[in-house]
Amino acid sequence: MTDRGLITDAQNTWCPGCGNFVIQFALRDAIQSVIDSGIERERIVLVTGIGCHAKMADYLNVNSFYSIHGRTVPVATAIKMARPDLTVICCAGDGDAYAEGLDHLVFAAKRNSDITVIVHNNRVYGLTTGQYTPTSPLGFRGRSTPGGTREEPFNPLEIMLSSGATYVARGCTRRKKNLEKVIGEGIRHRGFAFIDVLQVCASYFNLSDVYDRHVYELGEGHREDNFSGAFEKAREWDYNSESPISIGIFYRTLRPTLEERMEKPPGQIMNRPALITKILESRT
Amino acid sequence: MDEISVLIGGRAGDGINSAGLIVAHLFSQLGYQAYMYFDYPSLIKGGHNFTIIRASRQKVGAFRAKVDFLLALNQDCLDLHTARIDAKTVVICDSSRVRAEGICIPIPDILKEEHAPPVMGNSCIIGAFARAAGIGWEVVEKVLTQNIRKGLDQNKKVARRGFDMARGYVTVPVHDSPPLPLLSGNEAIGLGLLHGGLEAYIAYPMTPTSNLLHFLAEVGEGGDLLVFHPENEIAVILMALGMGYTGKKTAVGTSGGGFCLMTEGLSLSGMNEIPVVVVLGQRAGPSTGMPTYTAQSDLHFALHAGQGEFPRLVVAPGDAEQAFFWSSLSLQLAWKFQVPAIILCDKTLCEGYYSFSDPRETIPTIQPQPPGIPGTSYLRYKVTDDGVTPPLYPPTKETVIKVNGYTHDEAGITTEKAELAALMVEKRVRKGMALERELALLPTVSRYGDPGADSMIVCWGSVAGVCREVADSLGMGVVQPVVLAPFPKDGVKAVLGNPERVLVVEENACGQMEMLLACHGIRASGRVHKYDGRPFTVEELKERIAGVP
Ligand SMILES: Cc1ncc(C[n+]2csc(CCOP(=O)(O)OP(=O)(O)O)c2C)c(N)n1
Ligand code: SF4
Ligand SMILES: [Mg+2]
Repeated sequence: MTDRGLITDAQNTWCPGCGNFVIQFALRDAIQSVIDSGIERERIVLVTGIGCHAKMADYLNVNSFYSIHGRTVPVATAIKMARPDLTVICCAGDGDAYAEGLDHLVFAAKRNSDITVIVHNNRVYGLTTGQYTPTSPLGFRGRSTPGGTREEPFNPLEIMLSSGATYVARGCTRRKKNLEKVIGEGIRHRGFAFIDVLQVCASYFNLSDVYDRHVYELGEGHREDNFSGAFEKAREWDYNSESPISIGIFYRTLRPTLEERMEKPPGQIMNRPALITKILESRT
Repeated sequence: MDEISVLIGGRAGDGINSAGLIVAHLFSQLGYQAYMYFDYPSLIKGGHNFTIIRASRQKVGAFRAKVDFLLALNQDCLDLHTARIDAKTVVICDSSRVRAEGICIPIPDILKEEHAPPVMGNSCIIGAFARAAGIGWEVVEKVLTQNIRKGLDQNKKVARRGFDMARGYVTVPVHDSPPLPLLSGNEAIGLGLLHGGLEAYIAYPMTPTSNLLHFLAEVGEGGDLLVFHPENEIAVILMALGMGYTGKKTAVGTSGGGFCLMTEGLSLSGMNEIPVVVVLGQRAGPSTGMPTYTAQSDLHFALHAGQGEFPRLVVAPGDAEQAFFWSSLSLQLAWKFQVPAIILCDKTLCEGYYSFSDPRETIPTIQPQPPGIPGTSYLRYKVTDDGVTPPLYPPTKETVIKVNGYTHDEAGITTEKAELAALMVEKRVRKGMALERELALLPTVSRYGDPGADSMIVCWGSVAGVCREVADSLGMGVVQPVVLAPFPKDGVKAVLGNPERVLVVEENACGQMEMLLACHGIRASGRVHKYDGRPFTVEELKERIAGVP
């Protein structure tokens, strides 16, 4: 890449009006502020899945691993495990992280792997042209469910809180400033940071009006360190009915990260030939 | 007496595997080469477990139909193995559980008197066996001391009681060769990977490679090896690629079912050019099949797994030395050429134990790829003559490193342009050709027996041991391609020559090696297949070969 800025010169192919642009700029600005705070750009790694969201890997001029559908989290977990000095961010889709790869998300939260997962939750499969996802409302008429879905959505915030995530936030592409804040704080958080971003899909599920009507920011009174309060707040909206939708940081706490727990006390490390010889002797 | 076979059997939970290993070590101490087969059903307690230990002056990798000693901890062991007993066989048993003629030891009484737990029954029977085989007490004591960590004194006492109650039948001659280490195939693979520079091992437990995970996890506790067991095999292979992206040399291990889950990740490795080594231990399929029994039915799966076309290395070692040698080379080659590599093994190799002659001095060092030049103009997929791009790993100053599973340009940015797509396909094809050139310098094909014989056996993987032995006794030659992709067709043709008969021996029903040979213009004239989950015995293979027209 010859471009030294944070945006590559790759041609952008998101639809006009797509919420992904807002996430892109919020993420770029969050990354810029992380860089400004002293973390070199080469220490930042972006991992993306497959879907419209995933094009972020082509568009942001940072290290990137453009993975396969549903598989951002295991890649990111391993990168962080191998090199704890890297800052690892995932851009995943809702089909990607909540359907194809939900297991990995739950486990990353359980392990408190020190990565940040941003889910571009447009509540639809964008790239495959409009099928329902785990967060589409009941009755959603997508191309695979012409008669409407017959299952309720699940609430990803509840899942993440139950699984042990130490940072749980929600943003919305209709509120860029707040989005930049929750992403930036997520990246800075030591431990597993999860951010569900209500993203407008201009082509297959445009919920701009709904979000404009219902979204509000969590106020000063919200206590981020209170698990049951966070859980209650997360249940205010069930991703199905029309009700107030809060955004911001629901929960934030600290517990040892996976990488910290895996760190080995510095000791004598035996060179390989000697190690092999020793094992062979023990088998003789 | 040039060789001797011992069967020891009992219920799962009786510690049959460790008991077998102790017997194998006794023979090592006497200067023999040993091989141990372990047969167990997929359950934890109960059922019938047995091992057959065969010791010989020569290198062995197979067992015989008959045994010289049968050590029975229960009646099943006698009843299920009557076919392995002949007039010479000495039976040693627990008189409380087995009715037999031979050396009958009241094991529970001895254990009670020594206040020893039931699992120590096998030490008691081993003591009796040692006496019957004319093995000196000092050898027994030494082997127990080296191999038993918990309750050594009690084990020794119990073994001594068995020893004293038995009488000598034969005296196994002692040879002055120094004892060799005994390694399972899994351990040989693990050590080979370590030798090749392994930095991380990721796996989800699955027979027959679980013990490789356990072995490396122990190594990892004490050294600079990262070992992790994640939520499933999809995570396993994607974690390996994440590790590889940072430059960590990584391997994974599984069996067919887990490998099914890994195939999308394998294809990603082919496309994003992050190397990974997959240890694929075959077992009897399809589906869950017989988890603890052997097969060679995943050859074509290994050759073709993953969508699209991409170069890969597939090796199939046949014994512990080859396992070590090719595991080291697989890691080095995968890394040099940035391709996935598969070490195709099976239950027989993985869980069998072999006397091991350290092959380290014979393993060539593969010159690694020089790193790329850091800076803003670095291209992760720069097109080169041999298709291999000099790598860099994050964090590298001033350098953006983009890897991508979509068709991409040299910088790693997604593209669907026709010309670029073709260029990148050709880049990957050239990497495969470069790998093939490097392999031409390596011993990709092994041969045994009479090289000029007019009757030749072609085999692969763990059956090489039994084929070698049978060929020797029948005046045949054996050709064992150890590298299966890229297939060393010239090497195979050269060692095969132009014999009258080419027999392909393999443990599957459809003749997978035979098909592979046919793809390269090598025709078989006959075949011997086995697909009941049990490896060939020497006698069985001999008979089957004699029956081929
Ligand atoms: C294993 C696999 N299954 C299916 C697909 C096809 N596919 C590509 S993107 C996608 C869904 C994308 O939806 P989402 O993750 O929500 O991303 P979005 O496009 O909405 O950003 C699917 C099903 C695939 N690439 N891989
Ligand atoms: S389909 Fe939807 S999510 Fe995809 S680019 Fe278009 S607007 Fe954005
Ligand atoms: Mg989506």
